[in-house]
Amino acid sequence: MSEPHIPLREGSTAGGVPASTVGQTDDMGRNRFGWDRLALSRRVTALPRPAKWALIGLFVVLLYLLPLLEIPILSTPDTDFGAVLFTVASYVLVALGLNVVLGYAGLLDLGYVGFYAVGAYTVAVLGSLQAQLSWWLLIPLAVVITTISGILLGAPTLRVRGDYLAIVTLGFGEIIRLTALNTEWLGAAKGITGVPRPPSVELFELPHLQWEGATAVIDLDDKTKFLVFGVADQAPYYWLALTVIFIVLGADRMLRLSRVGRAWEATREDEDAAELMGVPTFKFKLLAFACGAFIGGLSGALFASRQGFINPESFQLLLSILFVAAVVVGGAGNRWGVIMGAIVVAYLPERFRGFEEWRLLVFGMALLILANFRPQGLIPPRRTRRAQAVDEQLDALEEGTDRV
Amino acid sequence: MSFLFNNFVELTVTGLVLGAVYGLVALGYTLVYGVLQLINFAHSEVWMFGSFAAVWVTVALGVAPGSAMPVVIGVLLLALLAAMTVSGGVALLLERVAYRRLIRLDAPKLVALISAIGASFALAEIMGLRDRVAGWIGLRDTLDPYVRSARDNTRFQNPLETEGLFTVGGYTVSNVDVIIIVSAVLMMVALDQFIRRTRTGRGIRAVAQDSEAAALMGVNRNRIIRATFLVGGIMAGAAALLYLMRFGVTRWNAGFLLGVKAFTAAVLGGIGNVRGALLGGFVLGLAENYGSALIGSEWRDVVAFLLLVVILLFRPTGLLGESLGRARA
Repeated sequence: MSEPHIPLREGSTAGGVPASTVGQTDDMGRNRFGWDRLALSRRVTALPRPAKWALIGLFVVLLYLLPLLEIPILSTPDTDFGAVLFTVASYVLVALGLNVVLGYAGLLDLGYVGFYAVGAYTVAVLGSLQAQLSWWLLIPLAVVITTISGILLGAPTLRVRGDYLAIVTLGFGEIIRLTALNTEWLGAAKGITGVPRPPSVELFELPHLQWEGATAVIDLDDKTKFLVFGVADQAPYYWLALTVIFIVLGADRMLRLSRVGRAWEATREDEDAAELMGVPTFKFKLLAFACGAFIGGLSGALFASRQGFINPESFQLLLSILFVAAVVVGGAGNRWGVIMGAIVVAYLPERFRGFEEWRLLVFGMALLILANFRPQGLIPPRRTRRAQAVDEQLDALEEGTDRV
Repeated sequence: MSFLFNNFVELTVTGLVLGAVYGLVALGYTLVYGVLQLINFAHSEVWMFGSFAAVWVTVALGVAPGSAMPVVIGVLLLALLAAMTVSGGVALLLERVAYRRLIRLDAPKLVALISAIGASFALAEIMGLRDRVAGWIGLRDTLDPYVRSARDNTRFQNPLETEGLFTVGGYTVSNVDVIIIVSAVLMMVALDQFIRRTRTGRGIRAVAQDSEAAALMGVNRNRIIRATFLVGGIMAGAAALLYLMRFGVTRWNAGFLLGVKAFTAAVLGGIGNVRGALLGGFVLGLAENYGSALIGSEWRDVVAFLLLVVILLFRPTGLLGESLGRARA
């Protein structure tokens, strides 16, 4: 979904804003290296609408087919590719949720894994340990309970100012994990087994591809049963997660463009000014927290029903930090950037599992390098880019130098 | 409840020992936060490197416990020096690699936090992979005593034998306990005087108050920032040796939890407040010990975090609440 869209948005930026404010990029889309990076996007924008939809549709189909295609370089040699894709998808989902809190409303939440844990534990405790509810009931229940916990947590903490909020949420995230670890009713350290899986319907079988060099052969021995949520073949979980992502993306887009989205943006940029303009900032911050918790809980619930087994080890503080890293690396506030960031954070370590020992070192250095040389994120929000361009122009005017 | 009263002195003394270590590490957080308003997430790794430096010195000198007193003191002082040097060096490296560029660009705080998180991962992993790194540069055999079982606990052979000094309320206070608490307080007083009386200290306070105005008054801001990191690192190095003297083991990922606790201590005391750091450390150490005696030791960390949350909600500026910039000379 992201591929054809980003250029589209960039193209519309260059078209909608007068050329002079685009800074480094002139109206032909050439940057200072003389490389026309908008060529493709302009070509895509020029396509008739049905063709555009067809392109997007093709891309969506491609995304759904990924686990079956087993593309040589992309596939992970050491682990089941379907499982890796599910992990990436759940990171994307979490990152989208955290993006509402961190990117839109500007609230640094270092305990986001707490919501993830609440979602997962609701499904596990009510589905296996203490009651045996049906999966269809568990998911909405998990989401509702997580949202309520988000509001309960947000109501007292959101009065705390920026940096402290990070620490308070970090504290709450750890409290949730340690409570699960120490409470017998919640399974304590040994965790909970037999978490219900999504109900299966066996409709038909889909064969995988097998690659020999550059030619692909349909491999009839390796088939995925469509919509059987088992243990061995993880592709159906990926499809489920991908579908949820598309739904969340739709909701995210509507929220962002609505009055709520603008209120969040105003609150993030200047809370006092927003309050003076009649935005009830506390209410909107709480709403952002609740939305974030909703998506985090949903993601945790999916994680638990895929895993079939959870224990407190799965909800380390480290995970919260990885989530924040995903959002910031990608570009907080831009949903496509955030998706990119989640893919970077989740996929790269899995792809290079062969280098198990070195992967965290490489990951740390990658974070360091990205933060230093791309501080605005991989794909920053349009607003940031525009503001940056204007800033640079003002600088150039003040200093009397031309930076182009 | 009765457990708390029966062991009150022991819980108090060990709480203060733990709190002294928290307080010294907390200084690094508090100083950097005071000057830059940034959470120096990688500070725990600075401490961790210092602890390994101390271990390596004792391994290299190979002093058995029970040696003559001057030898023991000499070894401990050398270990202290090594820990402070290494921690100070790592802190300076951190400033150079993770912060300097971002400070110059005036990047958002969040980005600096991510940069520090990346540095923290990288530093911890380098320590966890030190046997591989040694093999890489072809010194695996020469360095074996220093790099073996890199992912496991590393023991510190304390050259000083633990001896009971006096008994209060059924608990025998040991020489190590006294050394740790006294040296932490001494270091704190020294640092406090450094911040209040020296030229560099005045610079640190000036930059913390208003970095632009300080720069206009002729303070070299970059030098002050480096000095802040260095001082924080040195304190973390001292904390590392004190920690080892009492708890005896370190490992490549030991920094993380200690770092979170130390940060809690810094916030408790009032972040940016140098005196508050030690106070926060002591309060946190005592609260953890009393709390775990009351409701069970598995709730130890929950007590620490709950205390943090409660303090932030009801007194967000911490116990002493004064910022670094407003400290009087």
